[in-house]
Amino acid sequence: MEINEKIKNLINSNEVCLFMKGTPDSPQCGFSMTVSNILKHLKVNFNGINVLEDENLREGIKNFSDWPTIPQLYIKGEFIGGCDIIKEMFENNELKKILKDKNISHQ
Amino acid sequence: MALPLEEIKKLILSSIPDASIEIKDLMGDNNHYSATIKSKMFNGLNKIDQHKLVYKSLKGKMGNELHALSITTEENNGNK
Repeated sequence: MEINEKIKNLINSNEVCLFMKGTPDSPQCGFSMTVSNILKHLKVNFNGINVLEDENLREGIKNFSDWPTIPQLYIKGEFIGGCDIIKEMFENNELKKILKDKNISHQ
Repeated sequence: MALPLEEIKKLILSSIPDASIEIKDLMGDNNHYSATIKSKMFNGLNKIDQHKLVYKSLKGKMGNELHALSITTEENNGNK
């Protein structure tokens, strides 16, 4: 329960929240790097949360979203997808649309 | 920590029987795959739920035995 509270707190207090392996400046996995780079490219201000620093969080986020892999992107509390989905949404401009709809500053 | 390609296909087909699956072993190491899966079961679902169907078919192996599987899902709206 406690970890779910922590996750809820994180996704509600950060408009754009990326659960990733490593940090935006030093990603530890190619998939995490891809999503982090897409957000950087779109000049989105996001909080990258390194799940490698917290084993509880690493497992907890998978249960929370019923999604077995990292990275996971949340925008305004809503789970948007993992690496494959974000990449696809970036390529077909759906990601920009979501950012616009959710009023997130980007380029 | 590896899963043979045929095993992945079998698992997906056991949950998504009509799936047409194109799968590539990206590095020849039984560990980094890329799969494109087309099925009528995806029709009308959002991408998250489509991918969840695939993950569920892999019965917990994703993120464990199977480290890297890139997934692309496609709806099958054909008349066949």
